[in-house]
Amino acid sequence: MVGFVLFLVLRAHFVPRTFGQYGHYRGAAVGELSSKPVKFAGHQLCEGCHDDVLKVKSAGPHAHVNCEACHGPQAKHADDPGEFKPQLPDTAVLCARCHEANIAKPKGFPQVVSAEHSSGVACKTCHIPHNPKQMPGEKHS
Amino acid sequence: MITRRHFIYLLPAAAVAWDFVLAGTPEAAPNYTQTDHWWGMLIDISKCIGCGNCVRACSTENDVPEGYFRTWVERYHVDDWHMESPKVDSPKGGKEGFPPSSYTGGKNFFVPKMCNHCADSPCTQVCPVGATFETRDGVVLVDDTYCLGCRYCIQACPYGCRFLHPKKHTAEKCSLCYHRITKGLTTACCENCPTGARQLVDLKNPKDPAIEFLKTHSVQVLKPHLATGAKVLYNGLDGSVR
Amino acid sequence: MPVDGFMYPNEVELQWSVLIVVYPFLTGLVAGAFILASLERIFHVEAVKPTYRLALLTALSFLLVAPMPLQLHLGRPERSFEMYLTPHRTSAMAMFGFVYLWYLMAVLVLEIWLDYRREIVLLSQSTTGLRRMIYKVMTLGSSNISDEALRVDDRVGYAITMIGIPSAFLLHGYVGFIFGSIKANPWWSTPLMPVVFLFSAMVSGIALVLLLYMASMRMRKRPIDMRCVDKIAQYLLYTFIIDFTLELLDLIHRIYEADESFRSLNFLMHSKLYVSQILIQILLGTLVPIFVIGFMQFVKVPEAVRRFLYAVSGCLTLVGIFAMRWNVVIGGQLFSKSFLGYTTYKVDLISREGELIAAGLMILPFIILAILVKLLPPWGEEVRAAGLAASAQAGD
Repeated sequence: MVGFVLFLVLRAHFVPRTFGQYGHYRGAAVGELSSKPVKFAGHQLCEGCHDDVLKVKSAGPHAHVNCEACHGPQAKHADDPGEFKPQLPDTAVLCARCHEANIAKPKGFPQVVSAEHSSGVACKTCHIPHNPKQMPGEKHS
Repeated sequence: MITRRHFIYLLPAAAVAWDFVLAGTPEAAPNYTQTDHWWGMLIDISKCIGCGNCVRACSTENDVPEGYFRTWVERYHVDDWHMESPKVDSPKGGKEGFPPSSYTGGKNFFVPKMCNHCADSPCTQVCPVGATFETRDGVVLVDDTYCLGCRYCIQACPYGCRFLHPKKHTAEKCSLCYHRITKGLTTACCENCPTGARQLVDLKNPKDPAIEFLKTHSVQVLKPHLATGAKVLYNGLDGSVR
Repeated sequence: MPVDGFMYPNEVELQWSVLIVVYPFLTGLVAGAFILASLERIFHVEAVKPTYRLALLTALSFLLVAPMPLQLHLGRPERSFEMYLTPHRTSAMAMFGFVYLWYLMAVLVLEIWLDYRREIVLLSQSTTGLRRMIYKVMTLGSSNISDEALRVDDRVGYAITMIGIPSAFLLHGYVGFIFGSIKANPWWSTPLMPVVFLFSAMVSGIALVLLLYMASMRMRKRPIDMRCVDKIAQYLLYTFIIDFTLELLDLIHRIYEADESFRSLNFLMHSKLYVSQILIQILLGTLVPIFVIGFMQFVKVPEAVRRFLYAVSGCLTLVGIFAMRWNVVIGGQLFSKSFLGYTTYKVDLISREGELIAAGLMILPFIILAILVKLLPPWGEEVRAAGLAASAQAGD
């Protein structure tokens, strides 16, 4: 009997306050988990300032490729553009991730065998990343 | 597309929301009512190019430890109709993309995998203390200040999406970027998917663009015979996918 | 990477280590030893009476050690009390915490106390120093050992044993259910799992008491009661036959139905689990003891040979049941839930979940048993002598 009462007292002390609020879990956890810091800003925020790029991108095949898919997480930059400057990605490495030919990629997706297509020349040399179909530069053989 | 006029209205709201977003205070997000939403994800196999952007983005956004995966991509090779013995690989979960395939024929495709945020989740059923749970908006989360690290949930998940965090020694898995979706953003993986193969869907919102897609296409879930109520819906999922 | 074929990336590392093999092995011994003790009490199987108290003390020693592998294996052991504060009613693991507590306090400890009460009181009067203090505490304030009181003790003890048998079944059946209820894992998910676990537990417990009895008598240079060990071996045989039948049923069912997991599991049994399952568990650990003891039921064998064969069978049985736990726990994690690959279990020697700790945890109950045997002698003659000495002292 005494043990049981003691147990109830200890239990009241140790069980977290918000436990059981919404279900069999600590209610405060929901708030904690939803307030973690964000690392990717989201394309809407980028487009808020960089609408010139948006115009170029929307006219080509990369219209629905979001900014951070290539430029990486930019929440810090969006918060303080002066303090945090994003590094320009290296097209010699970046583009191959999507466009290097692979038998498992969907047939209609533009893919090349980079060794045959450009023999190691950086993609930026001939293609504008934001709109790869626009004004291709001089082609190297 | 956002024009300059829209922008003038949006900017103050964005600024306010942004302050909150970066503040990280432990309160529930403002203007977000859990019961208004029922989250799921739509994955279109016909669009996945196996670039691994989603895996990298998730890893960055959620500080996922090296060698463990909250989401990953698998590459399948199926010889014609041999559905029961596909050849599958997932080098580093697809985090660095995929090397050229050694196969020249048959059916080949990529399958992104993640937590299915099951409506009848077997992992929350077995948690002995209530450290993992289903929120009222349909997201399965882990309370890492309460988890004992018994790993029962990891054993109970049929999809292999859980792991034990090597530093925190608690269970961890995809949280559907709960800290993003409660603020009107999309998940890190969807944000960074270049082809739109991954799309967050609010199954309670009739205006969600993915709802129309779901109404007009045949979609499947993984391991339907286990009746987990999985909410990651695949378009074009081949019968050989495990 | 130690992977054959394909595994989901998070599956490659095993989650439940050798400690989770040790744990059901220990609780199984508890259930088995207790049920053997209950045979005498409830079913009046006079022949096994010499082992009654020894079986109870054995059960207690192993039950005290049983939670240790669980604690050591938790990622956050300091939070384990949460299972008692906010147990999740749908979780077998949470409910087990209460089953364990119930069995320890309301069944085992109480039954031992009631059975030993007379001796505890006498010893609290006849010993000195630290031992006297320990016995005084154990009397829990009551020093009434009149015939009337002892009769009450006996009736209450009987009732507790009656509750104790289903409680012991629940204790180990629950462990089986913890595995058997996981639909994600076809090696574990079967309604037979709790029953198989229970019967293999009984087998291991009976074998352990048999070995401990023979070893203790040897150590004390006393004769082994052959009627007793013959009876115990018989019960071991019967239980073994039931256990083996159940396991065989599971196997045949799997082979016959051949569902999607079958090819993967079948390959597993013939490759990674060949030695531990087919050779050690089935052949050496089950078929040999069954055959040997079964043979002795029909052919008269001289006593010394019988003793030797019982000892060998007992040891093989214990090894076989440990192998069974290994095959279930570790085996269930060696194959991918995609049924397309396998991984390897890397056991560390020196780590919180390593082999040294596992070995230590299996030796610790014997040390505790040695202390308990010293404190609460299970041997009739010594106790009577102590009792006589005490009454003589009290008489003066």
